[in-house]
Amino acid sequence: MGSLVEGPAFHPYLTARSNLQRLDSVDRHADPRTTRARVDGALDRVGLLAAADKKYRAYSLGMRQRLAIAGTLLAPRELLVLDEPTNGLDPQGTREVRHLIGSLADDGATVLVSSHLLSEVEQVCTHIGVMHVGRLLTQGPIAEVRAVSEPRARVQTDQPAEAARVLRALGLTNIAIESGVVVGTLGALVPDRVVAALVHEGVPVTGFAVAQPSLEDLFVSLTGEGFNVSG
Amino acid sequence: MSAAELATSPAARPLRHVSTRFLRSELRLIFGRRRNQAGLGILAVVPIILAVTVKVSTPRPGHGPDFLASITSNGLFVALSSLSIELGLFLPLAVGTIAGDSIAGEANIGTLRYLLAVPVHRTRLLAVKLAAITIFSLVATLWVSLVGAAAGLALFGGGDMTTLSGGQIGMGQAVLRVVMATVYLGLCFASLGAIGLFISTLTEQPIGATIAVVILNVMSFILDSIPQLSWLHEWLPTHWWMSFGDFLRDPIAWGDLVRGLMTAAGYALVFWLAAWARFSDKDVTG
Repeated sequence: MGSLVEGPAFHPYLTARSNLQRLDSVDRHADPRTTRARVDGALDRVGLLAAADKKYRAYSLGMRQRLAIAGTLLAPRELLVLDEPTNGLDPQGTREVRHLIGSLADDGATVLVSSHLLSEVEQVCTHIGVMHVGRLLTQGPIAEVRAVSEPRARVQTDQPAEAARVLRALGLTNIAIESGVVVGTLGALVPDRVVAALVHEGVPVTGFAVAQPSLEDLFVSLTGEGFNVSG
Repeated sequence: MSAAELATSPAARPLRHVSTRFLRSELRLIFGRRRNQAGLGILAVVPIILAVTVKVSTPRPGHGPDFLASITSNGLFVALSSLSIELGLFLPLAVGTIAGDSIAGEANIGTLRYLLAVPVHRTRLLAVKLAAITIFSLVATLWVSLVGAAAGLALFGGGDMTTLSGGQIGMGQAVLRVVMATVYLGLCFASLGAIGLFISTLTEQPIGATIAVVILNVMSFILDSIPQLSWLHEWLPTHWWMSFGDFLRDPIAWGDLVRGLMTAAGYALVFWLAAWARFSDKDVTG
């Protein structure tokens, strides 16, 4: 098992390579004869081989994060636990780490990522679990978890009251009007019927979309709103 | 899980039982660090200044450490004088710095949690840390002696040595005595380092642990100088340090030296165990 806990931490005055060698030397399972090859392999994997002899101090935050991941790759792992692997990274860094996680998973490792960056989670993960106050609220393949919440139709129009009436008549629920946009839960209704009905009733439709609720909405619906710290 | 899968599982990686890799890595960390190299450089300045100043001026008898007056007769006394000067602050400070770094330093920069996640057993971690502190302590003390002896022999020459008892011993015997005295002091400082290791488990600020070690050291010297506390003196960690001069008697006066070594071993053992008790179930979050 390899893990990344609360961000990277290395000796600032050692080079990236020496830092990994240090980590390897304290591992009683590691074979000293292959240290060099394994350290270079791990650095290569995260794209840091060219900067291997730079002091850790001189590394950017993204490089540090990648070095921490390299630290988990010194030995073959079945399970990697990465705590907020993209925390504090710029967009490029985030992309790099995302690709890296993807390629690790492709190689057969199970990667457990804990993160509150839900768009990240959405892009990287195959399975998700939602934790709240130490309890697992839901878990499963990402599509399955998301299927729990129903898609909502968004109608953009300059006659919102009229549109809302039509939607209600069609059987949409939870209808809400927000500045020129009418939103309603579709339920079992086919989306094209909504547009047809609106046009039929003479409601001008300037935009129409079916929105799957974001992971953020799902998360909030499970854990509740608010800034209050529980416990 | 099938047997084939088990064989390829990382958990099946063989455990290497006896390995000095961790200790060697620790020593590279200590001796490779620029700050520590500078520290050793400063430790070496004292014997050089001492040798040069004594060379250019004639020491007045009755002043300064016991050995100072003897320097001109044999250069090896520069080593011993330097040790007696540096044992008050410089060498304990050096050992305290390393001891402070040992746990608190790693906790401070966060590497401690990665060491524990490797995983490294906490008892093994503490054992290796104490071993590294002890080695550093011996190396630093020997380094002061070596520079002192080199400077002294270069400026004053060697030859037979007049012992503190008044007799003469040959040059070979004299070198051996100086080495023994140095190792004795190195072990004494290492016991202070064990106290430092314990303090280092209490904090995440290495400088705090270092300062605490120095304060303890100075406190011990102060208490040792108060006659009303004479009942306490023999239990103080620093009380037997000055006895290192007993190696320069003829024959060696072992009595106090053995007491000194036992005191050092006692302090090292008690504080290593205290460090273990404190650290073995500590929640490392930093």
